[in-house]
Amino acid sequence: MDKMKRGGTSRRSLLTTFGAAAVGLSFGPALTGCSPAAEKTAGAEEAKLNFYNWDTYIGETSLADFKAASGIDVNMSLFATNDELFAKLKAGNPGFDVIVPSNEFVTRMSQAGLLVALDHAKIPNIKNIDPSFLDPEFDPGRKYSMPYTWLTLGIGYRKSKVQGVPDSWKYLFDSPQYAGKIALLSESADLVRLCAKYLGHSVNNIPPEMLPKIEAMLTKQKAYVKAFHEDNGQDMLLAKDVDLVLEYNGDIAQAMKDDPDIDFVIPKEGSLINSDTLCIPTGAPRPENAHKFINFLLDAKAGAEISKTILYPTPNAAAKALMPDDYRNNPVIFPPADIMAKCEYGAFEGAEKAQAYEELITKVRAA
Amino acid sequence: MEQSWKQAKAVFAGALGPPLFWLILFFIVPLAIVWAYSFGQNDGLTEISFTGTFSNYVRAIEPLYLKIFVKSAWVAGLTTALCLVLGFPVALAITFAPPRLKTWLLLLVMLPFWTNLLIRTYALIAVLRTEGYINLSLEWLWNGAGGLAPLVGLQPLGAFTPLELLHNNFAVVVGLVYVHLPFMVLPLYSALDRLDRSLLEASLDLGAGHIRTLLVVVVPLALPGIASGILITFIPALGAYLTPDLLGGPDSQMIANIIERQFKRANDWPFGAAMSFLLMYLTFIAIAIQAVVSRNRGRAA
Repeated sequence: MDKMKRGGTSRRSLLTTFGAAAVGLSFGPALTGCSPAAEKTAGAEEAKLNFYNWDTYIGETSLADFKAASGIDVNMSLFATNDELFAKLKAGNPGFDVIVPSNEFVTRMSQAGLLVALDHAKIPNIKNIDPSFLDPEFDPGRKYSMPYTWLTLGIGYRKSKVQGVPDSWKYLFDSPQYAGKIALLSESADLVRLCAKYLGHSVNNIPPEMLPKIEAMLTKQKAYVKAFHEDNGQDMLLAKDVDLVLEYNGDIAQAMKDDPDIDFVIPKEGSLINSDTLCIPTGAPRPENAHKFINFLLDAKAGAEISKTILYPTPNAAAKALMPDDYRNNPVIFPPADIMAKCEYGAFEGAEKAQAYEELITKVRAA
Repeated sequence: MEQSWKQAKAVFAGALGPPLFWLILFFIVPLAIVWAYSFGQNDGLTEISFTGTFSNYVRAIEPLYLKIFVKSAWVAGLTTALCLVLGFPVALAITFAPPRLKTWLLLLVMLPFWTNLLIRTYALIAVLRTEGYINLSLEWLWNGAGGLAPLVGLQPLGAFTPLELLHNNFAVVVGLVYVHLPFMVLPLYSALDRLDRSLLEASLDLGAGHIRTLLVVVVPLALPGIASGILITFIPALGAYLTPDLLGGPDSQMIANIIERQFKRANDWPFGAAMSFLLMYLTFIAIAIQAVVSRNRGRAA
């Protein structure tokens, strides 16, 4: 349930896989000035903040703007997957004040006691958020998280190589039509959930008896799949390694800028929505600054600065209003409402389910 | 002046202390924790309780995972064999190169180590992919030949079909051989370089040909080097996960990929730990075999 990478096209895939490769070795960021003694003597919080974010997932001037507005220095370090974020905080918060987990992980981390409840009174800019994002199932009432971006999975494709629009999951999961020209995202839970969606079920509460059916379908389809990609599907599409990829809309929107022959569709059966959120982890050394920072990122102008750089859909209505037409009216970044109505958030349903999905895909790939 | 360590215990302890401390704190202790995990079970989302259960190991030797273990060993074995076949002539050539050239050749062998593994793997992707350098070169040659064919009275060639070089097991083996070749060449070189040249001259003088000298004299003498080359190529190849991830196809997963996913996506550390330690037990067995081989040789000599 995690995106390996965001932001600029090829550099990003390199950097984030780099991060993933170095997980075992990284000792966490060089966190400066987070010793409790220093804070006690200062009385108020010192003007610093440790922000743990995805790569290329912030506006170019956002951090400098925040420093100008508040005097607080932001030290940003990067993670590559939600699993990395979870694994790091699981062992105890090494000094982060603000983190950016995705929807499913907000549930998971709050259940594990890794998040502190937000004080909405300190985040007045919540008024800028589109009301449809204010009460999601993964965090009722936005107790722990503020929406930062959202994104949805779909099919990125090369227009000149497909017949019509591949607007069904059938082409990826259950058809030899594009044999050898398909790349699927290497995320077990996403694959299983989308297969269930294709079979007419919700992405959540998948009944155990449906899993063998999904396994059989994917095992059969594997012969036609070129690769399970590490969220570098847009690069494979650009390099013409494949003609259809399972990818996030934001990634394909970026690829479309480089190659007009690429397009994106959310299959008619519906899809998975993800949302990345701003949270404060338990044990954050500077919760006051963290609230100030989150409030700043939800500001209309600051939000527009971020969207301009990262091109992901924003849940910030006031920021969206400030964006140019080619962003606001881009059907890839903001898919039509009727298809979005069929999309669902993947809920966190316990560790056993995640492990069962993982084993299912392991079986498919070993078959 | 030679002095037994027994006569300078303080010096000995002073020299050994810091590295020993480092080894215990940062190697033995973490390893012991992971080993303990392998006998534990998940208790909620963040806790692992040590119950002394063997269930993780039982799960790890289920046919599904055993098959992946065997496949990984096969891929690593093939990689090692190819490295040996490719690396032996290279090591031999370096051994017999003029001394001044030798340093440069060794430097060339080690040069890839100065570049990060990930960068090298991405470079291979650029070479192997459908519109990569190999296919582009072949297409250029094909089209050139196609242009010439009618001139010499042949049927014109059809359209060029790119070779499927990336995203399959072939690409994984190519990538692993490329990455691990220095691990094979260097121990082979150090074994061959110590070889007594007069033995080779004797063999040649006594009428053996070059091939026979190589097989009957050089290879047996270099056997300890070959054994350690095989070992230090096979072990990291068995644990490779970046290469199969990036170069492999839908069925190229190796055991390290499975282990990685247990620690990350599946969040099942005890099971991941059990599989890691199975891999480590196998490694110990391989090292033991190598030790026995070299000791027997030592006795025979």
